[in-house]
Amino acid sequence: MAGKFSDCDLTPIAGGGLLDRRLLLKSGVVFVAAASSPTCFAHAGTGDPQQDANWADPPWLHQTGGPFSGYGTPSKYEKYVVRNIGGNRAPAGDGVSWTPLEYLEGIVTPSGLHFERHHNGVPDIDPKQHRLVIHGRVRQALMFTVENLLRYPMRSQFLFIECGGNSNAGWHEEPIQRPVGSFHGLVSCSEWTGVPLSVLLDEAGVDPSASWVIAEGADANLLNVSLPLSKLMDDAIVALYQNGERLRPENGYPVRLVVPGWEGITNVKWLRRLHVTDQPAMTRNETAKYTELLPSGKARMFTFVMDAKSLITSPSPGQTLKGPNIYEIHGLAWSGRGKIAKVDVSADGGKSWAEALLDGPVMTRCFTRFRMPWKWNGEPAVLKSRATDETGYVQPERDVLIKERGRNGYFHYNAIASWAVDEDGEVRHVYS
Amino acid sequence: MSILKPTSALVLLMCVALAGHAAAQNNPQTPHLGTPMSKTEVAKWDLTVFPDGRGLPPGHGTAKDGRAIYLQKCASCHGDEGQGATAEDLVSGPHPPTADNPSKAIGSYWPYATTIFDFIRRTMPPAAPGSLSSDEIYALTAYLLAANKIIAESDEINALSLPKIKMPNRDGFIPIDAKK
Repeated sequence: MAGKFSDCDLTPIAGGGLLDRRLLLKSGVVFVAAASSPTCFAHAGTGDPQQDANWADPPWLHQTGGPFSGYGTPSKYEKYVVRNIGGNRAPAGDGVSWTPLEYLEGIVTPSGLHFERHHNGVPDIDPKQHRLVIHGRVRQALMFTVENLLRYPMRSQFLFIECGGNSNAGWHEEPIQRPVGSFHGLVSCSEWTGVPLSVLLDEAGVDPSASWVIAEGADANLLNVSLPLSKLMDDAIVALYQNGERLRPENGYPVRLVVPGWEGITNVKWLRRLHVTDQPAMTRNETAKYTELLPSGKARMFTFVMDAKSLITSPSPGQTLKGPNIYEIHGLAWSGRGKIAKVDVSADGGKSWAEALLDGPVMTRCFTRFRMPWKWNGEPAVLKSRATDETGYVQPERDVLIKERGRNGYFHYNAIASWAVDEDGEVRHVYS
Repeated sequence: MSILKPTSALVLLMCVALAGHAAAQNNPQTPHLGTPMSKTEVAKWDLTVFPDGRGLPPGHGTAKDGRAIYLQKCASCHGDEGQGATAEDLVSGPHPPTADNPSKAIGSYWPYATTIFDFIRRTMPPAAPGSLSSDEIYALTAYLLAANKIIAESDEINALSLPKIKMPNRDGFIPIDAKK
């Protein structure tokens, strides 16, 4: 299946058969994808003339196609590409669903596959009955209708949102064997459009004594978190649109706070109240939860920024390589501190690394897709990716993270992930 | 052209500059579509409870009253003794967490007692949030504090006594991306 390479083009530049990323920029090159169950990649021909004749003349060439639709849905043949809904405890509304990262390409998560973390279900909010209130240390408390918010000048930004609890199985003693999305998929990336929060705060007239804002959602959890005013003035968005359409109910319809690069809980869905104040409220979700207990017995608090992280989404656990060939390793990288500067990939468990190609444009606090050509010779290999962001922060190895944080922190796991490929091409999660 | 012209322009510029200064108070370049709210209206919305007790409503309760409410409305998810069941555990010893005993239940982990009242009022019980009276929430808070051996069974919890309780793990947190 490899294209127009001469053998010298395929000289590995790092251990395990990693090739020069610039090969991906050449035309006529064909790379094989790892097969994800239950998809299968059919061969181009069976060798059976009767069968091959059928493929040349399929039935859909001879009948009128289906009707127009008011709102399109994915192909029925892609039904398995769904969020994996986490095992909810009582009540049913308190749980998660995971983005199936292993089935997705590019950097935008389809809105219907954006991960969910609800604390008491998805409220059914009539936008005509919803209000956003700004009060506290302001010159004038204000109430906004959704209709009026839609009249404001808006700003759009492609941003990832990651749950602070994403990837927490990484703290386990044994590597969990699940598809990458069902382990690391509490992260998604969308184009968010809305009103810069600073505009609304300025209209209310923030008092110089204010330093915090307590944001509250309109779910049956009245979920609230305290956020530093400076960050909200800097780049927070009162989002009304996601990927070009109004927010989905499970992503905060009709109004969501988007706080670029900060942990998911701060991106308050169904936003209804912003209390401008001089101190945090020390709510349940900034004390009992979303804090990380260290080996010393002290716990990290207000860990807002999601540090740089990357994942190889293909090949990834549960997938199988169909024999030695030229493959493309690809995956996602992101950082809450800014742009991804580079992603290094290793095919020999971290002994040697090569720099991956980054799909452009590389945007701040947004998913970045990386790609690396790989000549797999059929021998066992351990694949890793390591992100570096524009601040110089380098994604840590797991043993380094655990040495610093212990194993009871639960939140903010961003260590390098390792996928082992065996002789049969099967991919498993390993600690390496 | 008259020499007066630039002078007029200068006066005009000064007027614009003064208007610009006023705009720091009320920027005319944004839509201003919010409806002003009175203090009475704001009070209906304001459910924030601060660690110093600001925002706590009138009312009171004791652990004895709270135990009865707990068994009726909370125990099915959190266990008869707060040990946890389908929902998380609430009761631990009144000691900060350690490497050997990394409990995050109320007595060992929660830094502020006001958070207990606030969280119950926001969302408990999950099937009927907002159904408990302030007295019932104070009583449940008292029960959970007593079950964690932080107060005595007979201690009354109200808007004045609750913020005075020093939780065992009050000093157990290190702020990372923001100061308290």
